[in-house]
Amino acid sequence: MGMTIAEKILQAHTDTPEFKPGDIIRVNVDVALANDITAPIAIEAFNRSGLNRVADRSKVVFVLDHFTPNKDIASANQCKMVRDFAREHGIENFFDGGDVGVEHALLPEKGLVLPGDFIIGADSHTCTYGAMGAFATGVGSTDLAAAIMTGQAWMKVPSTMKFTFKGELQPWVGGKDLILYLIGDIGVDGGLYHVLEIDGEAVSSLDLSNRLTMSNMAIEAGAKAGIIPADSKTEDYVGPRARRQYTMYKSDPDAVYVSLKEYDCANIEPQVAFPHLPENTRGISDVGEVLIDQVVIGSCTNGRIEDLRVAADILKGNKVAKGLRCIVLPATPEIFMKAEDEGLIRIFLESGAIIGPPTCGPCLGGHMGILARGEKALATTNRNFVGRMGDPASEVYLSGPAVAAASAVTGKISSPQEVLS
Amino acid sequence: MIFKGKAFLFGDDIDTDAIIPARYLNTSDPNELKKHAMEDADPEFASRVRKGDVIVAGKNFGCGSSREHAPIAIKASGVSCVIASSFARIFFRNSFNMGLPIFESDKASAQIKEGDEIEVDASSGMIRDITTGKSYAAKPIPSFMQDLIADGGLIEHIQKTGKI
Repeated sequence: MGMTIAEKILQAHTDTPEFKPGDIIRVNVDVALANDITAPIAIEAFNRSGLNRVADRSKVVFVLDHFTPNKDIASANQCKMVRDFAREHGIENFFDGGDVGVEHALLPEKGLVLPGDFIIGADSHTCTYGAMGAFATGVGSTDLAAAIMTGQAWMKVPSTMKFTFKGELQPWVGGKDLILYLIGDIGVDGGLYHVLEIDGEAVSSLDLSNRLTMSNMAIEAGAKAGIIPADSKTEDYVGPRARRQYTMYKSDPDAVYVSLKEYDCANIEPQVAFPHLPENTRGISDVGEVLIDQVVIGSCTNGRIEDLRVAADILKGNKVAKGLRCIVLPATPEIFMKAEDEGLIRIFLESGAIIGPPTCGPCLGGHMGILARGEKALATTNRNFVGRMGDPASEVYLSGPAVAAASAVTGKISSPQEVLS
Repeated sequence: MIFKGKAFLFGDDIDTDAIIPARYLNTSDPNELKKHAMEDADPEFASRVRKGDVIVAGKNFGCGSSREHAPIAIKASGVSCVIASSFARIFFRNSFNMGLPIFESDKASAQIKEGDEIEVDASSGMIRDITTGKSYAAKPIPSFMQDLIADGGLIEHIQKTGKI
């Protein structure tokens, strides 16, 4: 019987000779990731175990990206705890200070996650790496501690749902719009326990950055992973960065899927998710008038150089609306430097935008852009739950970078066409 | 083990930001986190909940972030177990890994009312609504996960067996 990419990756990482969806298997982990919020609980579990054993320190990655630069004393103490652990156990892939980037933008850039890998991270958006043809999934801190100690994780074998995007992309439509459209269709638990396998000519036409945006939000449909088959574009991206072997898997023609769905991109315009769930999506022409107080362009979803280029194209020669805060957060130092070299930083500053350091910051209501009671934000981030970016009585809308930049100029949620015409 | 307490009702898609908002994630201390349990879904919850009480929710409970602060906050608040028609997958595994008992039952989720007296037999998965006299059988738990519960969580399981 044929196998999906997910099943092939699991098979390559387990000693269980045969398995089927629903079985629980032990899986060998290639990368175990945590951040400044989740690593402390993993370290407490590690210490509690008394085993004092790191199975393979080259496979452990810590990124202090959430509440950094340290937003308060308690956050500083959490970072210190991770820093001390990393030093004591010789964790080489430890990103602190000026080396920090938003984890899911940073790891692909550094070549730490590769096609065919099995990756777990104590961060739900670990599923981002599915865009590189890896099996990557978010877990809790205890799972992470277990993987650090044993090199393994337990996993219920998922079945796979297939989604194919056909046709050509409409103007200003990117990966964010496609994945919001998908989530709007199947709902925030439409992919629960499943792997989403996403392909089609529209997805093949996207660069890696836009594909990473799509896989990033698989968790917003409840999915365990969001896998896009690796192709020549993946190889071009990964080749110069990889320092170990990798495998590009393809699903067999007779692989078994629990569902197959096709979308025609002719029908997909730029999307906006309304509060308070990512499934509350509308095409930009159905948004109506929504006045906003803040725009955030950044995050593991849309903080890469390709996103900043799209935003700068629209902000160039325009001014951010009076009374609106537009916050741009390049997701990694490398992206920041590229944006500087390409003149994007100057465009943002001249437009009246605020440039912040690489951090998750406002995406989860941490710092650097918190909303007051009654305020509304449009963000290129991934979640718009109640209170996500600040006061429980504030609202978050989600979009791609083009709609976000256009809306920063008009002060209300707007199509890029409105600004450019 | 038998859990017994009053039902606190919540709707569908209760996310981890509602269970424990990120503004409180600068600590992992259960005694701090419990003060803010369920805060953005019910600001009164932390002050009203009593030891043994039961959260009864709709579908996709615990969706969103992977933060274990969510099951930690619920457990520390005194809640003995959570019943829902379904759980988001990371919350689901986190609960088993760290020993928060959770039970899936569509009927219990739909029929139990706020404040009902609930009794749950953890070993059989039988949920009893003492107020109405109705009983519900929770979905069976896979044997590996029963082992995790019996050992007291994943770390304790590794201590005992030397592996996952």
